[in-house]
Amino acid sequence: MSEYEFIDHRYDVVVVGAGGAGLRAIFGLAESGLKVAGVSKVFPTRSHTVAAQGGISAALGNMGPDDWRFHFYDTIKGSDWLGDQDAIEYMCKEAPAAVLELEHYGVPFSRTEAGLIYQRPFGGMTTNYGQGIAQRTCAAADRTGHAMLHTLYQQALKHDAKFFIEYFAIDLIMQDGACRGVIALEMATGRLHRFLAHQVILATGGYGRAYFSCTSAHTCTGDGGGMVARAGLPLQDMEFVQFHPTGIYGAGCLITEGSRGEGGYLTNASGERFMERYAPNAKDLASRDVVSRSMTIEIREGRGVGEQADHIHLHLEHLGAEVIHDRLPGIAETARIFAGVDVTKAPIPVLPTVHYNMGGIPTNVQGQVVTVRNGQAETVVQGLMAVGEAACVSVHGANRLGSNSLLDLVVFGRAAALHCAATMTPDASHAPLPNSASDAAVARLDQLRHRKGERAAADVRLEMQKLMQSDAAVFRTDKTLAEGCDKMERTFGALAHVGLSDRSLIWNTDLVEAMELENLMLQSVATIHSAANRTESRGAHAREDFPERDDAKWLKHSLCWVNEQGVPRMDYRPVHLNTLTNEVDAIPPKVRTY
Amino acid sequence: MAEFTLPAASRYKDIPGTHHPAPAGATRVVNFRIYRFDPDQPNKPRIDHYPIDMDRCGPMVLDALLKIKNEIDPSLTFRRSCREGICGSCSMNIDGVNTLACTKAIADVKGDVKIFPLPHMPVMKDLVTDLTKFYEQYASVKPWLQTDSEAPVGRERLQSKEQQEKVDRPSACILCACCSTSCPSYWWNSDQYLGPAALLASYRWIVDSRDEAQASRLDQLDDAFKLYRCHTIMNCTEACPKDLNPAKAIADIKKMMAERP
Repeated sequence: MSEYEFIDHRYDVVVVGAGGAGLRAIFGLAESGLKVAGVSKVFPTRSHTVAAQGGISAALGNMGPDDWRFHFYDTIKGSDWLGDQDAIEYMCKEAPAAVLELEHYGVPFSRTEAGLIYQRPFGGMTTNYGQGIAQRTCAAADRTGHAMLHTLYQQALKHDAKFFIEYFAIDLIMQDGACRGVIALEMATGRLHRFLAHQVILATGGYGRAYFSCTSAHTCTGDGGGMVARAGLPLQDMEFVQFHPTGIYGAGCLITEGSRGEGGYLTNASGERFMERYAPNAKDLASRDVVSRSMTIEIREGRGVGEQADHIHLHLEHLGAEVIHDRLPGIAETARIFAGVDVTKAPIPVLPTVHYNMGGIPTNVQGQVVTVRNGQAETVVQGLMAVGEAACVSVHGANRLGSNSLLDLVVFGRAAALHCAATMTPDASHAPLPNSASDAAVARLDQLRHRKGERAAADVRLEMQKLMQSDAAVFRTDKTLAEGCDKMERTFGALAHVGLSDRSLIWNTDLVEAMELENLMLQSVATIHSAANRTESRGAHAREDFPERDDAKWLKHSLCWVNEQGVPRMDYRPVHLNTLTNEVDAIPPKVRTY
Repeated sequence: MAEFTLPAASRYKDIPGTHHPAPAGATRVVNFRIYRFDPDQPNKPRIDHYPIDMDRCGPMVLDALLKIKNEIDPSLTFRRSCREGICGSCSMNIDGVNTLACTKAIADVKGDVKIFPLPHMPVMKDLVTDLTKFYEQYASVKPWLQTDSEAPVGRERLQSKEQQEKVDRPSACILCACCSTSCPSYWWNSDQYLGPAALLASYRWIVDSRDEAQASRLDQLDDAFKLYRCHTIMNCTEACPKDLNPAKAIADIKKMMAERP
């Protein structure tokens, strides 16, 4: 391995990923006096948090009476009871303070006449346990994620946090079942870095690029999930993939749910507001899984719009130019650029589009990664934490409510920093690493760089994405999933035939994309096998052959291990149906309608 | 003006690039001419030619770059992420103008599509430039909320809609660097002139009613180079892919300077 220079670093904590969750953890740790480094494959403000539009939920009550307990209820119902209620309690209770903290950092929130943070309605957000419509989603026009991410990066600058930017994390350094650090490739030079840390926090985001059509950025390749799978640890609830109802037809770019929050609505070919049939109360503001399924049924039954009758219309024309200018300027811009539509005059062509992974790396409320060992479902993996979309705490269960994601990022990014501050002492010494600690990662890299495979990474990636798109879609059946699992086995096998064209060390994106593909592939295997395994319908996982939720059999988290050959193994963890404190009562499962 | 010469063989015109074959059966071909720089052969920058079948390519320049990377030449190197104009990764010079590849329609370019890295930045590889200095300049204006007063307990700092309106657009910058790297003054003096992006970032806080460091922010900028190397050329505003107006922000800062007691 003499071709590779190796540079060693020692930190108390290393955070991988510098999106919303990573940044909140990083400067929280810097503030606490722990020695922290942020390792990110992109400059922090390029992270996909930047693309979040509609807002961040918190029961501030700026627009009318609200209570975090209503938010708690909505989130559980939205999760179709798969969310862990202790974690949901923590998130919803912390939400108002978390949003006020963001405001105090300077996030340029939109304002009410009284000068308070403006809040808009969002899907599934209600008052009085489903009775009224809540205005709970705090917004900076329709670029809330951008406003937050830039502000969080600015806070990291203020705290002089140390970053290693455009460093691609390759693998975790594991020793005796505990995490000791992480190995990363410095893209500018091709040098390898070994970060030794008492805690590694994975904040690497989702793996939306496992699908052909997604709102996710090209960089959403779930690198943390891939590293965790290779470390022999499980991924949780991977069958739950959120399709956002309104991705732009063709381009896939996101049109915020806030556009329906501000009064937009969907129509089919005959101009009917069909959501009134599927969700008589919430209508267009039903939960995302419900709206995406309704749209898919409309299209399947021949009521789609367009020449191919294969999409749906989203109307904003009636809102008027002023509301659009004030509240949805980014949507107007995106629709103009990517659909050629003036939203003040014509509807936007939209289609349910892969948007978010409810599943991920299982953690407890503190953000510590957990696994099943010796029958213990809450066994903490020492030295390893996960936050944000990469993690499955699980606050989103089987379906995430819009605007709960930005909240998840800051609440659990902060919680992870607090946990480290409370349990660690700065500058504790590191035990020496065994010589072999980084061999596997280096071997993987070296083998990839020099393999003379006949297939391009992009080609295999496309095959995987098409497969996932057709066989792990909005609706699933035993037939499509079984076929999908079969095809996935072959596609996974194709990884061994991937060869690189670019063999240089400096800025080798061909190499990085090949490693990203391996991460995507492991999670695609976990997703489609978890989906085939779960013979019920819950939240975003809709089985046509098992249309009902089956609490007796399936009120549990799926765990999926994927080995190096791409072979999955399933197990389960119980759902936490208990709350964290007695400040709120647990919500027992009941029928979920909107 | 001082004369200077470029290193021998460092001009791309001297080095023939690769001409990739036109796709078979294509009827609607657009020729992409893309600057290539291989750091392992630093004296041999070149222009590669890629004819692309527009019937099999998405509408944006980024779609063509991805098609080339995925199907023709995986070694072509550029940054990209969100593909919807909000992350600022894929800034480059297209058809002579700095912009984002993801929101630039191929149909808006007449003739061949010529793609270069952001001008006057150190090139690391192909279309990837070194933005370290640019980011340092951004950080140098201390782009975070500075206050002496304590934040109110249990509620937000109040801000009227009118006050918010002042920060709304300036805070929408995506740090793509299209503005700064289109500015001739920045080209010559980027070691000392902060450039439009960093100045806009400072302005964003100067006009924020919640910030209490206006005086020290202006003090920091009151410098012949940091601020006053702006000669109102307006390339920055022209280039901004988010339709922001850094030139106006800089003019406002200069006005505030002039009106200071």
